[in-house]
Amino acid sequence: MKILYVLFSFFIILNYGLLQTGFIRRITARVGKRIGVPFYQPYIDLVKNYAIRSQFSHGVMFYLGPVFRLSGGIGIFLFMPLIYGNEMFSNFSMSGDLILILYFMFIGMLGMALGAGEGGHPYSIIGITRGLSQFTTIEVPMTLAVISIAAQYQTLSISEIVAAQQGGFMNWTIMTNPLATAAAMLAFLGMIGYAPFNVVNAPQENPLGPPTEFHGTFLGMLQTNRVILHVIESILFMNLFFGGATNWLALIVKAFIIYFYAVFIGTVFPRFRIDQSIKWFLFIPTILGILAVIFIS
Amino acid sequence: MAEEKNYKIIQPEDTEENKFLKPENYKREVTAPDGETFVVDPINDYFCDAKPQPHAPNTIKIVEKFLNWARSESIWVLGYGTGCGSIEIYPLMTPRFDAYRFGVQQRPTPRQSNLFIISGYLSVKTLKRAIRSYEQMPSPKYVMGLGSCTINGGMYWDSYNTINRLDQYMPVDVYVAGCMPRPEALLAGFMELKKRIKEGKGEGANEYAEKFDWYKANQKKVIKDWNMPDYNW
Repeated sequence: MKILYVLFSFFIILNYGLLQTGFIRRITARVGKRIGVPFYQPYIDLVKNYAIRSQFSHGVMFYLGPVFRLSGGIGIFLFMPLIYGNEMFSNFSMSGDLILILYFMFIGMLGMALGAGEGGHPYSIIGITRGLSQFTTIEVPMTLAVISIAAQYQTLSISEIVAAQQGGFMNWTIMTNPLATAAAMLAFLGMIGYAPFNVVNAPQENPLGPPTEFHGTFLGMLQTNRVILHVIESILFMNLFFGGATNWLALIVKAFIIYFYAVFIGTVFPRFRIDQSIKWFLFIPTILGILAVIFIS
Repeated sequence: MAEEKNYKIIQPEDTEENKFLKPENYKREVTAPDGETFVVDPINDYFCDAKPQPHAPNTIKIVEKFLNWARSESIWVLGYGTGCGSIEIYPLMTPRFDAYRFGVQQRPTPRQSNLFIISGYLSVKTLKRAIRSYEQMPSPKYVMGLGSCTINGGMYWDSYNTINRLDQYMPVDVYVAGCMPRPEALLAGFMELKKRIKEGKGEGANEYAEKFDWYKANQKKVIKDWNMPDYNW
């Protein structure tokens, strides 16, 4: 029975992610004084990519790369409680799931590195090298923030962290532990991968980064993963720092605002080079994270 | 200390085929670390030269119709600046013409694109690269010839170094006439292409696979320094 609920919420999250991607593309187009794609364009792109007739493979890892990436995204989803206090939409949340989610975030990246490496295109190798080094530095402030809130609430279960934040917004982590929130929200910018931290895919410069050789169904899987990952990471931050959600409306509003904060910064700022972004993550967010750990203990 | 080479280049025979072979594609005798020696032939070993196969459309008509609709509404362009026409492609994506409205998006790699725009005259040297890019695109794929040069040579019709008719070298779906066609004409070309795809006529990739020998013969007639595999994906 639980599986059916999980599939149902997966369906909702997937559709919400696709719609959100479409609307965000429209919004960023308006910033550039364009009209932009129709809001249902991500659906069409997905159908088209799954309907490509001829596929080429570069080897076993080339197949497994997108599979790893997608299983990383779905893995995060499976252990994420969506709606607080609702047994239907808690997925497989359990004690210690926070550690598991941090682990799943990295496994997709590693799988993609193997797949893109076997693709053999120089651009994908440059892209994945940048991606791995950037993501490693993102993990530093993120992990410090997680240590800080784990010490604050004395638990590693997301459900219990959400439960501790109930009862008005003065109980949210952003009010009780602003330093950890600041460090994690800066790390969030890098996780979503808009400018200034989009040097991994780097449109116009390093044409597509890791997915250069992926096409057809492989690319469709990567797109599916991308929309799920964006929504589920917003939901993770909502659960950890903004008091979670008690119904779907609150979830959508909060997740959209958190996601839009990354998009907003992405449309305003230009791109960092990889050495600049690494230095940046290891400087301000890391100091904030260390301070958060010191203050809470 | 100079690096010791672990391979010996085998000089190719002096035949018509090997005349333009690049030194990096010469056969070589490699000695592995364990002392075993074997011959590496880059042209055959590093590229796949299997012939393309036609892919039949979905047999269920309504499914194929739906997929064709999706393909027509999501055209990913390989904007390969072959000639002066490429200057007309950039304004397409900017606010004035905004081709994104019609589901047309640019893609930097042939692996992910569906539409190959040959923008203007095609010199023989570029034709070689265009063919390689075209063959790397996954099926179904479409080609748009932009400008008069791709139709009959245009003002380059008697040039020693450009091709005159594009459809002898790759199957073309839509021609956009003009010298140069404005971005509006390009948009009209996209609309025409969409109509064709929705009618199920955008089967250029299958046509290329079926008449592969004819296309290859035409290509080899103009490309004198053919030093790549016959079919490379």
